[in-house]
Amino acid sequence: MPCSLDELLEGQKAVIIEVIGADSLSARLLEMGLLPGETIEMIGSAPMGDPTEYMVFNYRISLRKPEAKRVLIERT
Amino acid sequence: MDSPLQSGNIPPSTWTIALIGNPNTGKSSLFNALCGSNARVGNYAGVTVEHKTGRLQIPATANRSALGRIVEVVDLPGTYSLAARSADEAVSVEVLAGEMPGVAKPNAIVVILDSVHLERNLYLLSQVLELGLPTIIALNMWDRIVAEGVRISPDKLSESLGVPVVCTSAAKRVGIDALKLQILEVLDSLHSSNNSTSKALPLACPSTESLASASFPEPFRTQVDQLVDWFASQKIELHRFQIERLLIDDPKGHSFRVVSKSQAPVVEAKINEAREALKAQGLGIPLFETRARYAWIKQKTLGVVEREPKSLQTSTSDKIDRWLTHRWIGLLFFLALMFLIFQSITLVANWPMEGIEAAQGILGTWIESWIAPGPLRSLVVEGILAGVGGVVVFLPQIAILFLFIGILEDCGYMSRAAFMMDKFMASLGMSGKSFLPLMSSFACAIPGIMATRTIENRKDRMVTILIAPLMSCSARWPVYVLMVSAFVPATTWLNGWISLRGTVLFAMMSLGAVVAIPVAWILKRFVFPGEPSTFVMELSSYKWPSWRVVFARVWERVQAFVLRAGTLIFVTSVLVWAAAYFPGNHQTADSLTEKLETLQQDPETNSTEIDSLTSQINLEKSRLISESYLGRAGQAIEPIVRPLGWDGKIGIAVLASFPAREVIVATLGTIYALGSGVDESNEGLADQLRAATWSDGTQVFSLATACSIMVFFALCAQCASTLMTIRRETNSWRWPVFSFVYMTTLAYIGAWITFRILSAGSP
Repeated sequence: MPCSLDELLEGQKAVIIEVIGADSLSARLLEMGLLPGETIEMIGSAPMGDPTEYMVFNYRISLRKPEAKRVLIERT
Repeated sequence: MDSPLQSGNIPPSTWTIALIGNPNTGKSSLFNALCGSNARVGNYAGVTVEHKTGRLQIPATANRSALGRIVEVVDLPGTYSLAARSADEAVSVEVLAGEMPGVAKPNAIVVILDSVHLERNLYLLSQVLELGLPTIIALNMWDRIVAEGVRISPDKLSESLGVPVVCTSAAKRVGIDALKLQILEVLDSLHSSNNSTSKALPLACPSTESLASASFPEPFRTQVDQLVDWFASQKIELHRFQIERLLIDDPKGHSFRVVSKSQAPVVEAKINEAREALKAQGLGIPLFETRARYAWIKQKTLGVVEREPKSLQTSTSDKIDRWLTHRWIGLLFFLALMFLIFQSITLVANWPMEGIEAAQGILGTWIESWIAPGPLRSLVVEGILAGVGGVVVFLPQIAILFLFIGILEDCGYMSRAAFMMDKFMASLGMSGKSFLPLMSSFACAIPGIMATRTIENRKDRMVTILIAPLMSCSARWPVYVLMVSAFVPATTWLNGWISLRGTVLFAMMSLGAVVAIPVAWILKRFVFPGEPSTFVMELSSYKWPSWRVVFARVWERVQAFVLRAGTLIFVTSVLVWAAAYFPGNHQTADSLTEKLETLQQDPETNSTEIDSLTSQINLEKSRLISESYLGRAGQAIEPIVRPLGWDGKIGIAVLASFPAREVIVATLGTIYALGSGVDESNEGLADQLRAATWSDGTQVFSLATACSIMVFFALCAQCASTLMTIRRETNSWRWPVFSFVYMTTLAYIGAWITFRILSAGSP
């Protein structure tokens, strides 16, 4: 069942379905490699629960909750 | 080969090449390796984007030297994309398209790619290639690919992309000469193709058909074709890539920077028309670009790059990261690290700072032995030496801070620190990247403000710059110590573990930071409103910092500080000196000083005379300062400072300390007839302050007055160098003026409230 990236728990992996929206944030996320079909893994959250570190496209990226909400995923 | 003059094609006297790449690819290392450490740093006209250029050091093994010309290297800001979303990106496009005033159009581009993350890095390359300039790839961090389980064939990559590829490990200085020779070869071929009649593309220029834009949807390409013609008919010179950017990028970003204000409305209408036409054909604007470029990357790297499936065993970097970003351990480590940095800045910097002050004293005495008392000596010793010395004394702090920042940035920890502090800082309207600059401002706001360069979001950066001077810097310390030791009773509780003095000192240290919270909130709310910033940030792998990069950074900052703030503080100190010196007849003071100096050659026998002369001189000096322009200004402002519980003398001292707050200790000393050169622990000054009375005989200084002075100093923008740094970093006079006005207002109100409350408590 598709859900958004911020629902992914520590250590879980998922496949990106799409990045929602057509503004500059979506463009930035896509440029950074959050492409449909890529696998993304949740590494851990910062001390206060936000932002969160993910592994995608062979590198680590930090996203805040509102940014992670933009990414639609399917858990694997 | 034809000489350029014969073919009528007069070449520019230099070649210009641009260096561009993603952040964290080792671009600074590569720039240093190419140019040595003699980079020139400035800002591009009208934007706060750093403009760094250097000169390519041509290796001795080069048998060609690009026809004897100088090769200038322009270092562009680290960026993931050329979409004009941030000022950095917009400036990069302008420089590459040759439209940035004061920067020659590059003859070639060096794109530095991180071999380990090649695919994502190729995104930027795919955009750079669109500009049609000869391009060379530096495949950096080549030494790390084996450990990371990546296999790349540079030859196949070069063939597939149509541009030369050189493998480098810039931090270890590997492959640098090969890259330099490749640059020279490209420039040479460019030179010969300029002079030949053949229409063949120069080396390192892929054909248009092989670009990613060739696979953009047909309706979009047709629309761009039409726009290219339209722009030509309007005589607006834009590269096709820039026109595509206008069409694709959010108009709220920086894409319209390239169009002049008068043309903007027409262009905007035309672009909107084109967008509507595309929408009618069912083409949603921004997202096809990323899709097309990543498809292009996939196709170009097929059979060129191979990755072993990530083994279950995690890398050392991953293991370190697990601890350093751990919810609690990471936070503890971070706080301990901040404590260490903070301590080093205040403690370690103390030794060189004392050295500088001692040298300043020796130099002053030496000058005094050469120049007779008079305006010239006073200008040199009390004006220039004291003023400029007051700035130079901060150099060790700046050097140490940038040493730490350099190490933390280069090893990859800085992004983790920003990651951990982001939630907290975001609640105050900033981002995690604001934390370190604010923390360093507790030592000195100047390096703190300079460190805000790591914050990409302009609004976050502005808020951070504007509240940084509120942090309690080390120059406020002497003022607090003097006031507290003179007026706060030495009460202690819990067997001496908690002292009232210590508590007041701590309260003063924290006051600025506490006030900064609502200030930041108001600034974000009313001065820099807008969408919340994003925090899409790469957390790059840890690596050993490269000492060359770290020291180059420290050197760059130190140099910039001395040159820019130094010249401005020089002027300010001379002006303040003049205001405190003129008008006034200094003959008596000068002749007394001369007499004193003769007597001092035999201090033992003349000790009583020396003492009486010294106090005579101090009286005369205090008369002179109260008659000076500065003194008159002090009398004029007495009605204004009365509500704060101050008299005119305090008014003068505070007024004179606007260029540099710690000056107040010396000025109070002069005014209270003790002579300058007293320091904060001087019991004599504290006694004098306690003895000062109003004309009706009541004491001037009370606990309320002392606290009102301290609160004023805690909140006021009394530092010309900080204001000059804000001016330089924001490229506008508006923000230093704004900081000055808001902080002075805040200081006045704060001091007034403090005085009211405390004087009501103790009649």
